[in-house]
Amino acid sequence: MIEFRISENSFEPETERGRIAEPSCGGYVSFEGWVRDCNEGQQVLRLEYQAYEALALKEGRRIMAEASKRFPIANACCIHRVGELEIGDLAVWVGVSAGHRDEAFKACRYIIDEIKHRVPVWKKEHYASGDSGWVNCEACANHANDQPA
Amino acid sequence: MNKLNIQYFAVLRECAGQDNELLETSATTPAELYAELKLRHKFPEMATVKVAINDEFGDWQAQLQDGDSVVFIPPVAGG
Repeated sequence: MIEFRISENSFEPETERGRIAEPSCGGYVSFEGWVRDCNEGQQVLRLEYQAYEALALKEGRRIMAEASKRFPIANACCIHRVGELEIGDLAVWVGVSAGHRDEAFKACRYIIDEIKHRVPVWKKEHYASGDSGWVNCEACANHANDQPA
Repeated sequence: MNKLNIQYFAVLRECAGQDNELLETSATTPAELYAELKLRHKFPEMATVKVAINDEFGDWQAQLQDGDSVVFIPPVAGG
């Protein structure tokens, strides 16, 4: 089972773990991304995730397929939340099972790194100061634009 | 003139003040279209913007067709 989903609701990693386990697997690696209370010196109160779902699902599924092609794994699943999240909430979860631990670690790392860079999902932080901002966006406001003028 | 369906996300949605719009435009490529929208909606300068045409990553110089759905993708921040 190779799966990528976007969820508007919270979910239980334990349930997903049960779907990934199988007798041929000797290793299971998971990653949980949590909402942190600070970013670049600002105190964060809550987050909002937005996704371009049609393309996010396509790109997410491509990444999962790449991981299963690169590494000999059995099952892999990634779920990304959208909507309003509080500090400590689970924002993204990756689980991988494999015959042995090494490929499970590598595939899990590959998946989360690629998801962060490629899937069209955006994060808006709301700060204690009353400000808010889209992460990776305002911060790069003064850099050159890579698209034609 | 092409009639295009533009969808907005994240910072661009806030600048445009809407989730999507139907636009009749003389822009023939995403690059021309972005320049037009950037001026009208006062989009900020950003390091990397990508474009999607009909829900697939596209080229800035692709020829837009009547009825195409276009999305400009500001720097992503998942995870």
